[in-house]
Amino acid sequence: MSVSHKVGTMKSKQAPNVNSHQKAAVAKGVKAIGKKKDEEEGLDTAEGEEWMQGKTLVKPPDQLDLTEAELNEEITRVLKASNPNAPQNVVRYSFKEGCYKPIVFVDQMAIHFELEGNLVHKESDEGRRLMAKQAEVDDGGGVERPDNVAIKAAKREQKLTNQFNFNERASQTLNNTPRDISCQTEPPPRANFSATANQWEIYDFYVEELQRREKSKEKHEGQFLNKEEDKSKKKMIQAETQNDDISQLAKVVKIIERMVNQNIFDDVAQDFMYFEDASDEFRGEKGTLLPLWTFQYDKAKSLSVTALCWNHKYNDLFAVGLGSHEFTQQGGGMLLFYTLKNPSYPEFIFNTASGVMCLDIHEHLSYLVAVGLYDGCVAVYNLKKKTDQPIYNSRASSGKHTSAVMQVKWQKDDLDSNHNFISVSADGRLVSWTLVKHELVFTEIIKLPVIDTIPDDLKDVIPTVGTSLDFHKQKDYSFLVGTEHGKIHKGSKYYSSKFLEKYDAHFMNVTRVKWNPFHPDVFISCGWDWMVKIWDQTMKSPVFTFELKTSVTDVAWAPYSSTVFAAVTTDGKVHVFDLNINKYEALCQQKVVSKKTKLFNIEFNPVHPIIIVGDDRGHVTSLKLSPNLRKKPKVESEVLNVHFQMSLHISLV
Amino acid sequence: GADDTEEKTQTIDPKHIFPPQHTDMPEEMRVETMELCVTACEKFATNNESAAKMIKESMDKKFGSSWHVVIGEGFGFEITHEVKNLLYMFFGGGLAVCVWKCS
Repeated sequence: MSVSHKVGTMKSKQAPNVNSHQKAAVAKGVKAIGKKKDEEEGLDTAEGEEWMQGKTLVKPPDQLDLTEAELNEEITRVLKASNPNAPQNVVRYSFKEGCYKPIVFVDQMAIHFELEGNLVHKESDEGRRLMAKQAEVDDGGGVERPDNVAIKAAKREQKLTNQFNFNERASQTLNNTPRDISCQTEPPPRANFSATANQWEIYDFYVEELQRREKSKEKHEGQFLNKEEDKSKKKMIQAETQNDDISQLAKVVKIIERMVNQNIFDDVAQDFMYFEDASDEFRGEKGTLLPLWTFQYDKAKSLSVTALCWNHKYNDLFAVGLGSHEFTQQGGGMLLFYTLKNPSYPEFIFNTASGVMCLDIHEHLSYLVAVGLYDGCVAVYNLKKKTDQPIYNSRASSGKHTSAVMQVKWQKDDLDSNHNFISVSADGRLVSWTLVKHELVFTEIIKLPVIDTIPDDLKDVIPTVGTSLDFHKQKDYSFLVGTEHGKIHKGSKYYSSKFLEKYDAHFMNVTRVKWNPFHPDVFISCGWDWMVKIWDQTMKSPVFTFELKTSVTDVAWAPYSSTVFAAVTTDGKVHVFDLNINKYEALCQQKVVSKKTKLFNIEFNPVHPIIIVGDDRGHVTSLKLSPNLRKKPKVESEVLNVHFQMSLHISLV
Repeated sequence: GADDTEEKTQTIDPKHIFPPQHTDMPEEMRVETMELCVTACEKFATNNESAAKMIKESMDKKFGSSWHVVIGEGFGFEITHEVKNLLYMFFGGGLAVCVWKCS
């Protein structure tokens, strides 16, 4: 009924302690409460202050500030069980007595706090109902309560009724049998170690260490390093020499070969350099040819020399083309390069499928060699490359000559800086070949005119065989072509339809036509009709004519004089003329090869006073010109020309 | 004994040399471990236990678990260690440090 109040001194600062009972306790008698109160009193007075002291003092902001004296003043409060708020003079009307009577017994219970609980006894009806509801809710949760079994049974009954729409089915997949696997990696290896750590051990160790360090400092100064370096260097050198052995050997062998050759042909070499025939003084005008080396190659025995060419850059190197002049005896061919330094073996050897008829070495790029073959092919060889094959070959291209290529000549590079050369062949065509990247591109320049004696219907079939070709030294576009019929045609690269001039040169095959290297109008020609003729291009008839008793196969101007030229004939003789000295006779007519050997080619060396001649046995003979033959005019070349003109006029007159 | 210690301090300057008396660690590991030991011993010059503790914990972190460290001036030992994980060195003229790994 009433909340017990504490009787005893209380300090006003404390927050009131509220003992609230939540249960709605059944009201008991006041006496009972009184007893409680008494008990509580006793307890409180004893323990109250201590219990209160444990708490921290919190001062509310609106607290009264009292002085110390006032604070210490004891205020006595008496706590009663009676409710101070309860009315003390309640009066009730009593119907029995008919008047108002005061009620003595007033309810003293003051309810400070009331809270209605919501606990329901399990056994009561309401409790059961609640539990049933809860069980329904908890069905999904899966927490089983023994009370709920009955409820669930009721639910299942409800589900079964739906059997028509729903069907329960269960299956179990195969569970693999569990297996225990254990693995133990190899533990890291272990080792035992034992030692003692004492002061003297430590000391000893330090002493040793110091000594070791001092020693190592001395050693480190260079010695070890040097040794190591040397070893490594030696290894390097050894390795290198092993690799380069063979290639170095080749070079060395070459030098030795040349040395040996020089020793063998020592006298020849001496003659080549120093010998000047003293007897020339006594001979008057005549001169002689001193034979020097003979170049021959074993495998070329059956072939005859068809072309010769000196290399402009390396004055001791010359090219020999080997093939056959006979129509019936055609086999393979060869291209050989000899050097004067090694007369016994060629420097370069190239085999060709058919006989080489002509060759030309490029003036500036001395490694490019153009070759014309008997089967009409033209090929270009690159001496720098190690291969045996030509770098360009006109085999496959369609512009190939249908007949033997008689002469090839390199031209200046065209506008695209491609190298090109011109060839004349027995099929009567002049074709220009351009070296474009990896192939030869041909451009037809002109076709040789057919002679009149051939009937009209055969004109297209029977070509005019061109046998020789030469380009003017200064005027590059002007050229001369000699034909089989003895005519010489002068043409120009700019006119592709017609020739500019025609000269009736010889009765038979024109074997060679050559412009004079100094005089712009003069050219020489030779042919099988035993004649050598010198022409001025402005005049229809030759200026000089020489008869040499046999077919003349080749003629060449000397590079040092405008009036010197040499010719070779089929009787093995070399004829050297100097028009400045003798206009009618050769200064030298010398047989240089053995009997029945025909000479086919002659070439002057651009620098040295020697000539090479090729014969039909595949041999090349080099000859030195005696001083009488080498007389250089003491005037400049222009004056030379005038000189020549003068001599011409004299002859005409 | 005492004589030895006196001689030692006069003739040699042991504080600058820290060669390992015995070790089978790889080069990198050895250098690192030695530096660590030196640092620890210098730091805890008076307290061997804390020096050893520092070394052991650092080694555990860097190179894997179960390192053992013994620091002292006079002791004998026989240990089983994992191959390539032992360092036995001297420090400061009077301290011996033995570090090894064994799980």
